[in-house]
Amino acid sequence: MSIGSTPLRFKVELDTGRCMNCGRCVENCSYGVFRKEGNKIVANSRACVACHRCVAFCPRDAISIYEKPTDYRSHPVWTREVREAVFNQAKTGRIIVAGMGNVLPYPIIFDRLVLDACQVTNPSIDPLREPMELRTYIGKKPAALSVKEHKNGDTELLTKLGPNLKLETPIMIGHMSYGAISLNAQTALAKAVTKMGTFMGTGEGGLHESLYPYQSHMIVQVASGRFGVDINYLERGAAIEIKIGQGAKPGIGGHLPGEKVCADVSCTRMIPEGSDAISPAPHHDIYSIEDLKQLVHSLKEATEWKKPVFVKIAAVHNSAAIAAGIARSGADAVVVDGFRGGTGAAPRVFRDHVGIPVEAAVASVDAKLRQQGIRNEVSIIASGGIRQSADIAKIICLGADAVYIGTSALVAMGCRVCGTCNRGICAWGIATQRPELTQRLDPETNAVQVANLIHAWTDEIAELMGAAGINSIESLRGNRDRLRGYMLDEGLLKVLDVKTVGA
Amino acid sequence: MVALRIDAKSLHYTPLNQQIRKAICDGTKEIVIDNVLGQRFIGDGIRGDDVTITVNGVPGGDLAMFMSGPTLIVHGNADHAPGNTMDRGKLIIHGSAGDATAHSMRGGRMYVRDNIGYRGGIHMKQYKEKRPILVVGGFARAFLGEYMAGGLLIVLGMNGKEPVAERGVGSGIHGGEIYVRGKVAEKYLGVGAQQLPATAEQMAMIQPIIEDFAKSFGIDPAPLLSAGYSRIAAASARPFANKYTPE
Repeated sequence: MSIGSTPLRFKVELDTGRCMNCGRCVENCSYGVFRKEGNKIVANSRACVACHRCVAFCPRDAISIYEKPTDYRSHPVWTREVREAVFNQAKTGRIIVAGMGNVLPYPIIFDRLVLDACQVTNPSIDPLREPMELRTYIGKKPAALSVKEHKNGDTELLTKLGPNLKLETPIMIGHMSYGAISLNAQTALAKAVTKMGTFMGTGEGGLHESLYPYQSHMIVQVASGRFGVDINYLERGAAIEIKIGQGAKPGIGGHLPGEKVCADVSCTRMIPEGSDAISPAPHHDIYSIEDLKQLVHSLKEATEWKKPVFVKIAAVHNSAAIAAGIARSGADAVVVDGFRGGTGAAPRVFRDHVGIPVEAAVASVDAKLRQQGIRNEVSIIASGGIRQSADIAKIICLGADAVYIGTSALVAMGCRVCGTCNRGICAWGIATQRPELTQRLDPETNAVQVANLIHAWTDEIAELMGAAGINSIESLRGNRDRLRGYMLDEGLLKVLDVKTVGA
Repeated sequence: MVALRIDAKSLHYTPLNQQIRKAICDGTKEIVIDNVLGQRFIGDGIRGDDVTITVNGVPGGDLAMFMSGPTLIVHGNADHAPGNTMDRGKLIIHGSAGDATAHSMRGGRMYVRDNIGYRGGIHMKQYKEKRPILVVGGFARAFLGEYMAGGLLIVLGMNGKEPVAERGVGSGIHGGEIYVRGKVAEKYLGVGAQQLPATAEQMAMIQPIIEDFAKSFGIDPAPLLSAGYSRIAAASARPFANKYTPE
């Protein structure tokens, strides 16, 4: 005990004047904070993760949670987080893992970009009155069309078009596997995307039988572990995504611990119950860009060239060159996952220190593909750190075709971003497989909430477009003239290809 | 029923596979493909439990990938990753196979008469009745059975070569089992792999598989069955359990 206890992360206070001893906090807290002692409730603050399940269900607003109730001697270099990581590793000698995304306070580029609006010289458009086109097609677009005119006046399209996904809004839900999140959570998301005319990813966990009714709105993932992958799975999906990397942990694989592989997860992933599900860092049949092409083609060949194939990479230093290789691999879309992307569990050192922001990555990927004349070969899907509709409008201006949201869809189901997904006892029934917790999440009501969020953001994007005098999302795409950088340095403005405010 | 013959000379893999699919769809049970020269993805994602496809020549990469049911026999060598993520059926290669043979294989059987390249049987996995089997007659290169999560891998080391004499055997193995005729030098075992002599019970389990392998190639099984074998499996069911600590 040379290190002893570290200070509390959170302090839970019960207002005894307000508490009516109903015990809802005791029932709801899956971390074991509350217990009944005689006729009062006692809190063990050390167990608290600030998931707010108790706060949300306390009928009397009797619970308050305070972060960092004990101060360390403040120091700009030796922050609390740095010191506590050292304590942890000195005690255990292990790699630190955690859930959710990057926690370091890097400046957020989105918040230093501002959008444009019309004044006098070109009128804005009222989306209430005028049609706004947000429909987005993901997939290859032909560089040119060749047509044949028939004598009877009919025109025949000779160019063979590749398969495209038709999205009613440029917002999709990214890949969160069954295993990382619960089946009820996946079901809620599936119902929401089906209702909104958009798509979601299965993650690398296979496709559970109960989601087959929504399969035409699901993108099936093929990752390095190949869990749940067979020909039926590939044929069920609306599109297939090869996962090369993830923004929250670029360059490394995944590891679903045996505890989370319950009977149902086991049958969806097609591995024995209780066994570790290990996804290696690379795909062991892809050791080069030529091998990637081979995997893309093998998936297309297996599904008779009917499905678009996406390739997802983490946003890293050379994303632009990598994306150019992907565009030439035959893939139909490249997903660029920024370093703020969430995860069920990632080593802290990767989550916080590896990768680059999605804004810079998407802008440079778009620029590189245009430079090489192959922008039409692939759609660009931006993901990782999309928090609000403004982020979506801005990233589309920087060249994205559509976005994947992840964390925000979970927040729409109650997630408080406590970052404890890795422990598998999520009190909201999202990042857990325990039946007593997953049953808390009702797929019906949560589907409505997720659909509401997508609806609200879609409306906001339409309003932003109208204000900018734009009535089609295609006119917003890559339209850097409608962005200005506010307090961004010259180097970054150049990468983003955006002018400064006032210019 | 007479076999359908397809001449693959100068034929791209997509029309070749389209012909195979159409033939299976039309009820053809025997398909013979001649003059195969490097076409990838032959039999990719095809179904049909009672269909036999014979490939004469040298197929390209990802042969029988995602295949679910048919028997595919190759008279020649196979390239990169034959049997990749294969689900059901049988793949018999009268020759050698390249790297990542049986990569992520999920079910069915694969017999390679001669040798295989690097990373053979990497990340094979099993689930309930789906238990993939890879038997190699000759030798395997490094990283055999790496990350293996399930299934059965047998290397016979015929033709006077050691079954595997390179590093990384069963590195990161957390399920399934590897059998080799004789044994692997301890220095070649990967992280988390453990080698023990095969027990009589284990020998009884692999015997019919070795017999079937020998029969497929017209080899005398007697010298294979009279030899001693070693079994390589995970030293612990949770090789990575002590690597992480929560934040």
